[in-house]
Amino acid sequence: MSLLKFLRSGNRQKSANIARERLQIVLSHQRMDDKTSDFLPKLRNELLTVISKYVNIDKDQINVQLQRTGDCSILELNITLPTTEEIF
Amino acid sequence: MTESEAKIIVVTSGKGGVGKTTSAAAFGAELAQHGKTVVVDFDIGLRNLDLIMGCERRVIFDFVNVIQGDANLSQALIKDKRNENLYVLPASQTRDKDALTKEGVENVLNELRKSFSYIVCDSPAGIERGALMALYFADEAIIVTNPEVSSVRDSDRIIGVLNSRSRRSELGLELKKHLLITRYSKIRAERGEMLSIGDVQEILAIPLLGVIPESPAVLNASNRGVPVTLDNPSDAKVAYQRAVASFLGIPETDSGEKGWKTRLLDGLRIFNRSTA
Repeated sequence: MSLLKFLRSGNRQKSANIARERLQIVLSHQRMDDKTSDFLPKLRNELLTVISKYVNIDKDQINVQLQRTGDCSILELNITLPTTEEIF
Repeated sequence: MTESEAKIIVVTSGKGGVGKTTSAAAFGAELAQHGKTVVVDFDIGLRNLDLIMGCERRVIFDFVNVIQGDANLSQALIKDKRNENLYVLPASQTRDKDALTKEGVENVLNELRKSFSYIVCDSPAGIERGALMALYFADEAIIVTNPEVSSVRDSDRIIGVLNSRSRRSELGLELKKHLLITRYSKIRAERGEMLSIGDVQEILAIPLLGVIPESPAVLNASNRGVPVTLDNPSDAKVAYQRAVASFLGIPETDSGEKGWKTRLLDGLRIFNRSTA
């Protein structure tokens, strides 16, 4: 019984190692999010400037989102254009 | 004291309950041995620094009173009874954190710069207004971290905030960051039950300032309202003193002698406990 326990404990991973691995994964995501949240508002503003050169749009008619699934990131832009008569 | 010589140090962590106020009080009291020091409580509505420093019954005016012009700085500052170089600026207990305006905080800090060498800002938990104001004007930051997953994650987050939302980061200047690991248990780390110093340091990737062991001395000191560094000899006291020396760039001299003295004191403490 005690021998079995001994063999098992050898196999079991130390909890500190599990903590370290979990942290490394969660932080790699968190750091990416931090960087993204830094550039997204800027990107939104620059897009707004460019688009308003051609089309008359409001600040709240442009929506920028970044979605991450696994190792793939999707940048989603949603720009609502005004009705044709409002376009100059 | 000219303005350029004063240093603003924020003690922050993201997560609550890791030892920010304990560390701010211990640091402040030890820094006061080297220059005039004030510890400022930024936790508006939940003030506790006064209690940890043992001056809770002497609070008349507070930080918010000074910002709003209801009191002078000299009326709100509380001089420590144990060290004449140590002062506390308490937080308001009744107002909310919106009372901390950037201009208001800047004015108070500029006023403090004129007469203090070290201004220690005790940050509240979280990353809201109080915490952002506590770190915004900092020259250096002490990040208090427990060797535990949620604390390490939140420390990483606050390091990101320091890098992007402090005044020095906005000016493109470096903000020196120091890692202070608290509540560390060497035995548990060796058994693989707790993140080691190396693990935490590697993950957060900022220079290590010190390691404070898990110690009954910390609760004992807070019970009595004495900063750990002004209290009876203990492992935690030595660790905080070493951290402050390292912060000031004072080389560790006669560490051998210190070692046996500490060991002797530790031995006496154990003896005391067993007879009590």
